[in-house]
Amino acid sequence: MLRLFFLVLMLLLTGCHQSVWNDPYPAAESGSNTLYLAFQERPKHLDPAIAYSTDAYEIIGQIVEPPLQYDYLKRPYTLIPLTLRNMPDIQYLDATGKPLVNNAPVAAIAQSIYTLHLTPGIFYQPHPAFARNRFGQYTYWPLTTSAWRQLNRWQDFTHHGTQELTAADYVYAIKRLASPQTNCPILGIMSDNIVGMKQLAAKLAHDHPHPGNDEFIDLDHYTLSGVRQIDRYTLQIRLYGKYPQFSYWLAMPFFAPIPRAVDAFYHQPGMSAHNFTLDWHPVGTGPYQLTLMNPNWRMVLSRNPNFHHERYPNTGSTDDAAKGLLRDAGKPLPFIDNIVFSLEKETIPYWNKFLQGYYDYSAISTDNFNQAIATGIKGNPHVTPALRNQGITLSTSTLPVVSYIAFNMHDSTVGGNSIRARRLRQAISIAVNYEEFITIFLNGRGIPAQSPIPPGIFGYDDTPADIDPVTYHLVDGHIERRPITDARRLLAEAGYPNGRDSQTGAPLVLYYDNTFTGPNAKAYVDWMVSQLARLNIQLISRSSDFNRFEDKIRHGTTQIFVDGWNADYPDPENFLALFYGPNSKLSSGGENDANYHNPAYDALFEQMKNMDNTPQRFAIIQQMVKILQQDAPWMFGYFPRQYVLRQAWIGPTKPMPIANNTIKYIHLNPALREQERTRWNRPVVWPLAAIAGILPLAGLSMWRIKRRRDERTAS
Amino acid sequence: MIRYLLRRLLYAIPILLGVNLLTFCLFFMVNTPDDIARMHLGIKHVNHAAILNWEHSHGYDLPLFYNRHETHWQALTDTLFVHKSLSMFTLHFGLSDDGRDIAREIRQRAGPSLSIALPAFIIGLGTNISLALMLVWMRASLADRVGVIIAVALMSVSGLFYIIGGQFVIAHLWRWVPISGFVPGVDSWRFVLLPIAISVVAGIGNGMRWYRSIFLEEIGKDYVRTARAKGLDESRILFRHVLKNGMIPILTGAVTVLPLLFMGSLLTESFFGIPGLGSYVVDAIQSQDFAVVRAMVFIGSALYLIGLWLTDIAYGWVDPRVRLS
Repeated sequence: MLRLFFLVLMLLLTGCHQSVWNDPYPAAESGSNTLYLAFQERPKHLDPAIAYSTDAYEIIGQIVEPPLQYDYLKRPYTLIPLTLRNMPDIQYLDATGKPLVNNAPVAAIAQSIYTLHLTPGIFYQPHPAFARNRFGQYTYWPLTTSAWRQLNRWQDFTHHGTQELTAADYVYAIKRLASPQTNCPILGIMSDNIVGMKQLAAKLAHDHPHPGNDEFIDLDHYTLSGVRQIDRYTLQIRLYGKYPQFSYWLAMPFFAPIPRAVDAFYHQPGMSAHNFTLDWHPVGTGPYQLTLMNPNWRMVLSRNPNFHHERYPNTGSTDDAAKGLLRDAGKPLPFIDNIVFSLEKETIPYWNKFLQGYYDYSAISTDNFNQAIATGIKGNPHVTPALRNQGITLSTSTLPVVSYIAFNMHDSTVGGNSIRARRLRQAISIAVNYEEFITIFLNGRGIPAQSPIPPGIFGYDDTPADIDPVTYHLVDGHIERRPITDARRLLAEAGYPNGRDSQTGAPLVLYYDNTFTGPNAKAYVDWMVSQLARLNIQLISRSSDFNRFEDKIRHGTTQIFVDGWNADYPDPENFLALFYGPNSKLSSGGENDANYHNPAYDALFEQMKNMDNTPQRFAIIQQMVKILQQDAPWMFGYFPRQYVLRQAWIGPTKPMPIANNTIKYIHLNPALREQERTRWNRPVVWPLAAIAGILPLAGLSMWRIKRRRDERTAS
Repeated sequence: MIRYLLRRLLYAIPILLGVNLLTFCLFFMVNTPDDIARMHLGIKHVNHAAILNWEHSHGYDLPLFYNRHETHWQALTDTLFVHKSLSMFTLHFGLSDDGRDIAREIRQRAGPSLSIALPAFIIGLGTNISLALMLVWMRASLADRVGVIIAVALMSVSGLFYIIGGQFVIAHLWRWVPISGFVPGVDSWRFVLLPIAISVVAGIGNGMRWYRSIFLEEIGKDYVRTARAKGLDESRILFRHVLKNGMIPILTGAVTVLPLLFMGSLLTESFFGIPGLGSYVVDAIQSQDFAVVRAMVFIGSALYLIGLWLTDIAYGWVDPRVRLS
């Protein structure tokens, strides 16, 4: 018994290092220059050619490097070279292949050529795929059966190597987008834009109809006519027509380089059975490498020792300078040695661990909002005194996202271009009070939308003169939602006075398709029903699972439905394309899920989409927005605002929702973190003493009861 | 006995086949191969060709049960059901739809699940039996009545409350252990202590009341009266005789669930950040990963059958009057 006691005591002493008992991290990490973040769901993919979600980009954005990136400090969002020496040279050709001037009319441009000049001297992270023996042969490719006996865990690959980034790696990576083995989600878009992509995809699918995970498809044996290597550091990409948005794609991980050696390494027999895939062990030239990959528990990024090519930006606005954002100007990146992502599925433990100092950043859930945020007299949010005392600060930003409710334009009641249907949509748009929605359900974290273009994107206009005149009006210079009487008037004009069909007298019944689940689902639906009830319109909710919902949208069987759009890139084309007729979901499977079609709008879109950001383009966008406001295929909804809390030991950072590689700009003070964690987490020991006192007392009482009973039985 | 057990083993085959068929039907009634492909490819910019390509490369382009393009047996064997579901009987679980080796994943996750489930089960069993015996020993007294009231109160509280309350008081207010997290190896005790304690406490109400009723039934039997008449003291009767005879229903319940401990607990593992098997199936259902769903349902049902099989053996072991034939 005594031995057991000492064993437990020893365990306690070894486990509870220092004066803190609740530190969830190993003692060896104490005081290290490590950033602690959490993830709620494991990312589905980390292969840059497949990954297409925010959580995956948070990881691979730090590992891989596409040719371009966004300037960290400059607004509006501006592309700058990442692995390139300078921005791509763009040349336009006519149908005969002759060069055109830069400002040539779009109709005259048959092809665009993007020439990319890489910066020499960029090297990949140390990786077993690059390891070579003294004869120059790859150590781990091809692997023999006997070699597999020693390879069970990723750590068993003890030899690592590196190689210089070359243009061939980008060419190979672009070819991978067409491979049937990759299943790249943007293959459709790229096939429409990159010359020869469609043909390459067809050829690969023909040659490899059932590619196994372990089959190596050597893409060097295939030609992609629109992409070619000019020299070791130069490549050219040829596009159909003019497609200025292609530059934005060049800043996304889809265009990150993949060397042939890496592809060959991962596609060997036995690799996928050991979970050694590019999808889980990405390779790149970025500031970090993935050193621990357990998506069910922890993912650790460590500094890439071969990363030397980037420094903190030297220029920024005066506001940036005032916020201390230029303090690190010119210093080599990254500042942090390790980034630990821990699985935290539930918000309660995540929030409590943030308060204990074990996470460096935290989002704010609705449950914790009042504990975290107080609103000032002018309506400006700030952290509560309790959090301020801990040194926690708040940063806010508007996301390049629009959350909206759409009308299916193919629906016989709310759809179509008739005056009746338009008036009905306009009336409903006024009645659904998004200001109220943002207050009730989002704790004020949203901006009511006047158009589909979010703030920060070219074409966004927040001047009072440019409000949505159908839904809003100006009262004493302030933008206000039109009164419900205006909506009732429009409803009557639509032929539904007081919510009844003027011809049949039948009540107007509409259907609301959504995927709401969870505790707030009923509240969302009830709120929406109450909004339309103000017009005496009966709204019936048709909640379904995600598959059925998407199915209904694809088949055009929805009537009014809730949806959202997250920008791929900060260009208005990405948002305005959601209303372009040929993109209709029903007819072409495109992203226009309202199936909106207006020839005037389409003509303006075709004119606008390939223009540079000039005042002329801005004017066209305004015209397009006016058409949308009048036609009202959407209730524009709101642009979500992101509130992020950060600990006192994190240096100043600038919110950058469109970019995914910004961790390299963060610095932290590990000594201050250690000091604060110790101060905040001293264990409360009196309950232990109380338990230690109560247990013997309970035992004594039991013993006395037993004695009394025994005596009673004996007598 | 061996013949009996072998017969039970053979019975397991049609049961597993039925479970497999049911899982397959339920899954594909809700999700089509198109849905699965869309879930994996994402919903933005994905065209029909990409969906067909994904289905083709993942083997979801086959008909469900009957392949009219094939002849003879191949019309039945070259189908999604045979390729994706019946292959489980070879115990080859293959890759999940996101490309991870399922067997390896299960091996990796089983350890953390067991590190909580097994101690919680053993400690819980011991605690519940001890408390139940104590109540029986003090039966018909004020302490017994208070004990039963407490047990009913404990039963009435949601499991989620124990977890959130336990985390708040022990880990947040008193700061004795980490709120959540996990590390492999010896240091894992700091992370499993609280979930184990909470699991034990959350199970006390149910377990104590059930075991109490078993022991109360035993204590009214003739052999107890005989023991008392012989002059044995109450504690000796309880621990030597009542406990032994009460073990039959206890073991029956315990042995059945023993293999299923391996499957972990969704709620506990989610709140404590334990990288176990508890959430594997739920995550797979949410991400429409049929490869994982079929494997986990197959393993779960096989383990349940093993549990029943072990119960049969345990019957004979605990009660010599029972003969398996």
